[in-house]
Amino acid sequence: MSKPILEVKDLHAGIENNEILKGINLTIKPGEVHAIMGPNGSGKSTLSSVIAGNETYDVIKGDILFEGESILDLSPEERAHKGIFMSFQYPVEIPGVTTTNFIKAAINAKRKSQGLEDLPAKDMLKMIKEKSELLEMDRKFLSRSLNQGFSGGEKKRNEIFQMAMLEPKLAILDETDSGLDIDALKIVANGVNKLKNKDNAVLVITHYQRLLDYIVPDFVHVLHNGKIIKSGGKELAHELEEKGYDWLK
Amino acid sequence: MNLKDKLTTGFFELENKGELHIDDSIHPIRTKAFEAFENKGFPTKKEEEWKYTPLKAIINKDYEITNSYEAAVELNDVKKYFIQDVDTYKIVFINGVYSSFLSETTHSGIDVCLLSSAIKKPKYKLILDHYFNKIAKNNESLTHLNTAFTQQGAFIHIPKNTVVSKPIQIIYFSLNGNQFLQPRNLVVVDENSHVQILERHQTIDDSSNFTNSVTEIFAAKRAIVDYNKIQNDTEKASLIDQTFVQQKDNSIVSVNTFSFGGKFTRNNLEFYQEGERLESNLNGFSLLGNKQYVDNHTVVYHNQPNCESHELYKGIYADKATGVFNGKVIVHQKAQLTNAFQQNNSILIGDKSTIYAKPQLEIFADDVKCSHGCTIGQLDETALFYMQQRGIPKKEAHALLLYAFGNDVIEKIKFPKLKERITKLMAKKLGVELGF
Repeated sequence: MSKPILEVKDLHAGIENNEILKGINLTIKPGEVHAIMGPNGSGKSTLSSVIAGNETYDVIKGDILFEGESILDLSPEERAHKGIFMSFQYPVEIPGVTTTNFIKAAINAKRKSQGLEDLPAKDMLKMIKEKSELLEMDRKFLSRSLNQGFSGGEKKRNEIFQMAMLEPKLAILDETDSGLDIDALKIVANGVNKLKNKDNAVLVITHYQRLLDYIVPDFVHVLHNGKIIKSGGKELAHELEEKGYDWLK
Repeated sequence: MNLKDKLTTGFFELENKGELHIDDSIHPIRTKAFEAFENKGFPTKKEEEWKYTPLKAIINKDYEITNSYEAAVELNDVKKYFIQDVDTYKIVFINGVYSSFLSETTHSGIDVCLLSSAIKKPKYKLILDHYFNKIAKNNESLTHLNTAFTQQGAFIHIPKNTVVSKPIQIIYFSLNGNQFLQPRNLVVVDENSHVQILERHQTIDDSSNFTNSVTEIFAAKRAIVDYNKIQNDTEKASLIDQTFVQQKDNSIVSVNTFSFGGKFTRNNLEFYQEGERLESNLNGFSLLGNKQYVDNHTVVYHNQPNCESHELYKGIYADKATGVFNGKVIVHQKAQLTNAFQQNNSILIGDKSTIYAKPQLEIFADDVKCSHGCTIGQLDETALFYMQQRGIPKKEAHALLLYAFGNDVIEKIKFPKLKERITKLMAKKLGVELGF
């Protein structure tokens, strides 16, 4: 059996004195797709932020292991360098920095942390071409300021493009389906599926089952009031869609 | 002896020595200006326009005022202060004295030379009579002081229908002891002409200099003038920069001010719109730390109908740095269909930096579009986390965000080499390499 990529152990976390996550346990192994579903305010986005290392949240108790090692003391960038990627629900706009330059900076920062030289420009361009085609991205977006004036769908596609470039071991998709029309959703999901392999894993955080028709999970967990109250296979998502969350509470 | 007394003695000494060219037409202007300064003295914090700006500590220092003395500098020591790799005209002064060695002036087709020589030559008399001190006569005693002592500076005259292909760099170097310098520039751009100018004041050792500079810019019909100021002096240098602009029909004048250095900088920028369908652009970006101080006071006089003004000032203040922004827009009763936009955004880093911001609109016409926006904020933590999440270390992410914040001002620079230089200066100041 392969070693887990991510292990969340009895995780309690919150902002100041307000405990939002109240004992989360979650194990994700290579090749798996997990989905976390739950109503608004259940702690879904807090969980993804805490795994990615957002310093706004305090971990009160418990541990997060990435490939067997605790990452609680690592900065967000150190976690990113280890292979954690989080797609944001609201990607940030950065005027004056093109998508191409931003992703170059990100890739070279990661390489630097591994003691490698900058990726040669030729290889970078080749990779950018490949990955942008995979996501059916209009190349002109790459030379525009990052996310500036992009529509919701374009921003999300740009997130998955960055994910494709960074080749993470664990990709957390935080509400990636919000603000997407069905065509954009298909393209994004298709991109994620193509990037999926036996060595990496995906954690999908979503409110609706819709995205899970395209990115099919191996496991579905229901988060309610800071705890996982039920886990199951992909059929659980359909059950939630039909019955809502109330029957589980 | 305090500075005012010293200046009074100095003024009469120079008069007696004939160094102020007693017999030229400028002499009466000078005498009158000196009287005005003498009556008013240096501005104090009691004056509304100087409320937040402490001049006292600066004027209480001991300065060399009368004799600008020559000092030699090696090209290699000062090369870095020029915009290189591009052909430019250069008017360079060292301690207020013209350096022919570092300069590249011209009289062929256009005049890019010294104010002192223009004052002496009869062929420039008409221009000087027509333009000199015609707009630099507000109620500011520091303007009068500069006028009284006018000796040296840049003289630029672009005759009509001329596009000047090379940018013009005006650089004032200073070294060897604390000096009180009063450069005076006159820029006259005739109809349909276009010119790009860069101005810089730079101390090249650890002297504590005080510069009180005045620049008058005249743009005739359809003239285009881009005037850029790099303020990146040492943390001992004080600068008062007073720039006056007069525009005629359909002209476009942009003044971009980049304040990255100095101990104390006060910019007074005044636009007089004296024609129709013209455009005035005022852009500023400040990036300061330690105990640095910058004060941007701007005024746009919309005196004629159908004109525009666009003002964008941004500032980042860290440590104990202080910024002041006072942007005044005055729309005259007959200036109907005016479009006046003003925006001022500041970021404060740490809890000891300060910004005083004051937008001021006085509108006497009824069919106008005027807006102003003013924000003071801190660095966006979410954006910082976003970049870190992509693997960009916090320090770089921080710098990148600040760069992004200032980007729309940098984008206003139309001179590519200068844009490159400003980006590099920013990166250096932020302590990172920005490969953009």
